[in-house]
Amino acid sequence: MKIREIVEKIDGKIISGQDKLDVEVERGFAADLLSDVLALTEEKACLITGITGPQVIRVAEVLDIPLIIIARGKQPSKALVEAAKLSGIPVVLTQKTVFETCGILYTNGVKPCKIKILQGGEDTNTCLNVD
Amino acid sequence: MGNEKVRLVYRIKAMDLANAGAASSHVKSELQKYGIEEEVVKRVGIICFEAEMNMILYSVGGKLKVEANSNSVEIFAEDNGPGIEDLEKAMQPGYSTAPPWAQDYGFGAGMGFPNMKQNSDVFEVESAPGVGTKIHAIIYRRKENEAK
Repeated sequence: MKIREIVEKIDGKIISGQDKLDVEVERGFAADLLSDVLALTEEKACLITGITGPQVIRVAEVLDIPLIIIARGKQPSKALVEAAKLSGIPVVLTQKTVFETCGILYTNGVKPCKIKILQGGEDTNTCLNVD
Repeated sequence: MGNEKVRLVYRIKAMDLANAGAASSHVKSELQKYGIEEEVVKRVGIICFEAEMNMILYSVGGKLKVEANSNSVEIFAEDNGPGIEDLEKAMQPGYSTAPPWAQDYGFGAGMGFPNMKQNSDVFEVESAPGVGTKIHAIIYRRKENEAK
């Protein structure tokens, strides 16, 4: 899906990276904890989240995340908006929930990404590759 | 490129949430300039980010140092306290001591150390309560080192 189509389908508002509307997004991932996002190193996936602090932009820079969608009508902090504009990473705001946003992207062909699950508990070193 | 040495040093301030992640982001763009492989840069970025966040949230402040040469990238994160009481627990995925307010910022997944270890070829932590925590990570550059 092109970012342009995503914005349209989720009734979104793009607040940064407007020059990247034609960028194709193939995969998606949803998380509200930054470390869970950082555990996702396999591919360039868009992030659907409720995080509104500027740190999410830094994470996107580190991971080459092509698009951040801030869901359920949450308002990004001023610092996030400034960081997003400086970095040029597209940020889209939507009133829809994370669940609905994911559903819309999924039905339109955006795929999930492979993740590595680090197991907690006794065997802390196990690492599973999950499709 | 390749034979040049890169050395980056950042001072990380405690509770400086506004700039959280800025050092890691800078590390990434600098390493890219030196032509370091994309996959290596990403792993370094993740380790730096987690280390930077730990220092901001849990320490009184410290230093983040990144050194790169043709074989590897090394990360040193050293803070001045208060140190980690139970390092074994801190290494467990999901274990977090983050206060509730930090969770609203997206912190406290309890994946900091596991993420760092996961992305390192060599990963060492030394911590003494009352003294501080030292993290040392090495990432080998694949082209020159086919060891893995």
